[in-house]
Amino acid sequence: MSSFDTEVPPPQRRRAWTGVERTLAAMGLSGKALVIAAPAIWLTVFFLIPLAVVFGISLTVKQFGRPPYTPLLTNEDGTVQLTLHLNNYLRLFTDSLYVAAYLNSIKIALISTIIALLIGYPMAYAIARAPDQWRNILLMLVILPFWTSFLLRVYALSGFMRGNGVINNFLGLFGIEPLVMMQTDFAVYVGIVYTYLPFMILPLYTNLVKLDGALLEASADLGARPTRTFLTITLPLSMPGIIAGSMLVFIPAIGEFVIPSLLGGPGTLMIGRVLWDEFFANTNWPRAAAVAVAMLIVVVVPIMLLQRAQDAVQDKERAR
Amino acid sequence: MRRGWFLPITATLGFAFLYAPIISLVVFSFNESNLVTVWSGFSTKWYGALLADPQMLGAAWLSVQVAFAAATIALVLGTLCAVALVRFRKFRGRTVLAGTVSAPLVMPDVITGLALLLLFVAMEATIGWPSGRGIVTIIIAHSTFCMAYVVVVVQSRLSDLDLSLEEAAMDLGATPVRVFFDITLPIIAPALVSGWLLAFTLSLDDLVIASFVSGPGSSTLPMVIFSKVRLGVSPDVNALATIIIGIVALGVLAATIMQLRARPKKLRA
Repeated sequence: MSSFDTEVPPPQRRRAWTGVERTLAAMGLSGKALVIAAPAIWLTVFFLIPLAVVFGISLTVKQFGRPPYTPLLTNEDGTVQLTLHLNNYLRLFTDSLYVAAYLNSIKIALISTIIALLIGYPMAYAIARAPDQWRNILLMLVILPFWTSFLLRVYALSGFMRGNGVINNFLGLFGIEPLVMMQTDFAVYVGIVYTYLPFMILPLYTNLVKLDGALLEASADLGARPTRTFLTITLPLSMPGIIAGSMLVFIPAIGEFVIPSLLGGPGTLMIGRVLWDEFFANTNWPRAAAVAVAMLIVVVVPIMLLQRAQDAVQDKERAR
Repeated sequence: MRRGWFLPITATLGFAFLYAPIISLVVFSFNESNLVTVWSGFSTKWYGALLADPQMLGAAWLSVQVAFAAATIALVLGTLCAVALVRFRKFRGRTVLAGTVSAPLVMPDVITGLALLLLFVAMEATIGWPSGRGIVTIIIAHSTFCMAYVVVVVQSRLSDLDLSLEEAAMDLGATPVRVFFDITLPIIAPALVSGWLLAFTLSLDDLVIASFVSGPGSSTLPMVIFSKVRLGVSPDVNALATIIIGIVALGVLAATIMQLRARPKKLRA
């Protein structure tokens, strides 16, 4: 910064900013440190420490009073004592309710993800292959439901599947007996697919739209049938999109609470709902905290596995 | 390439699946009958019932206040975090910060809600703050999970940004803060707007986290809707849904028109 300083007089605002910087520097703080510190402190206080608190409380026992759990540290005769209770975790393994809820959540999330993939893939492919002027409109139609309320969309779906709902009214016109759809696992599958379908379509679309049409033509020229071309060219190339989309549906579906409680029946066991009931209905805070810790482990493992798979695919792409 | 019938048909069915429930909800919001799915004539009485319901209006107002505050806090903190992650290549704890900020994206809502409530209860027991729970605790909780989404949006815009613009400003003697406000901020402004809107919508939509961290007497709109829907069928929820869908549709339409108008300008420049 040489001659410019003399030619261009510094505007008024600049002096104000340097003033701010000088004050900060006098306090021993750099701008850089502040930029990092503000979000870091917030996340430590309102994200990392809460997780540590959950872990701590999962090792206590329910009591009547405020707070409704025993303290971890007790001060007796001047010596601080640490009491850890592991029975909350033991119960998770010995009580078949919890084991069943974990397994059922994984099963429901997995099946919903597969259905969402089977519906979402052709939709994403159709949008990617659509004429240019159509593509943005179709994409907008996929995103639009996301901006309307999640809860209200689940409610709209229940109006569709209810005993006297739209589907059964329609079937009734042809003299077909009403189907029982609500309060079954079937309704939960439909609900998860319905609300998370956009999350499946968007990453698949971004991937499929980049697909080189020349490869498909070459394959057709060499005499491959469309099915063969799809299986040997399109499908392997769209793996990153499939993995990303599946991850975006599977992971939130495991912890789902709203869909099973509005659409599912009393037999629909999912961990999110078990945690909710443990907390609000049984008011057993330590047990709810233990359920949360175990749930976190169940969710973190698939995240890590899928992330590794995604990295591998990306490395392969880079090597090509 | 030969165009088959398979793709257009599945895509049409898929869109029908996405929109049929929403459309039927809008149609039945103008239904006379108390039954949600039996048509008995056109009426706007459920809109009247909705506007006369003080509980619903109070909850809606609380939700808007929370969403406004939470989106604003999330925007400021999220932007700082995105700047730190994109611009400061190396600093101690970078990996930890990057991991912590994106963790709420994949964290189940029930865990986030439970964790924050247990924190607030523990804090109240030790330092006496926050005394009780209400709008403040909901705002803190929403800011925390919305921040992750703001970071994703702002980060991608920041990494696309041409660094030479900032370097040129520095060469001309501008301080880093001035460069940020005069150069970086105007360029990333669209990302900030969409980040804020995303955070606002997510906060308005959240049921689970708010249910954990709210106290008695501070129910947000999703909490009121959830309890109404759970207790039974209430046609005024259809009216409310229609109003929300209408606002969203208008917003998207306005955004699209603005984008279309902005495009020729970009071409000229």
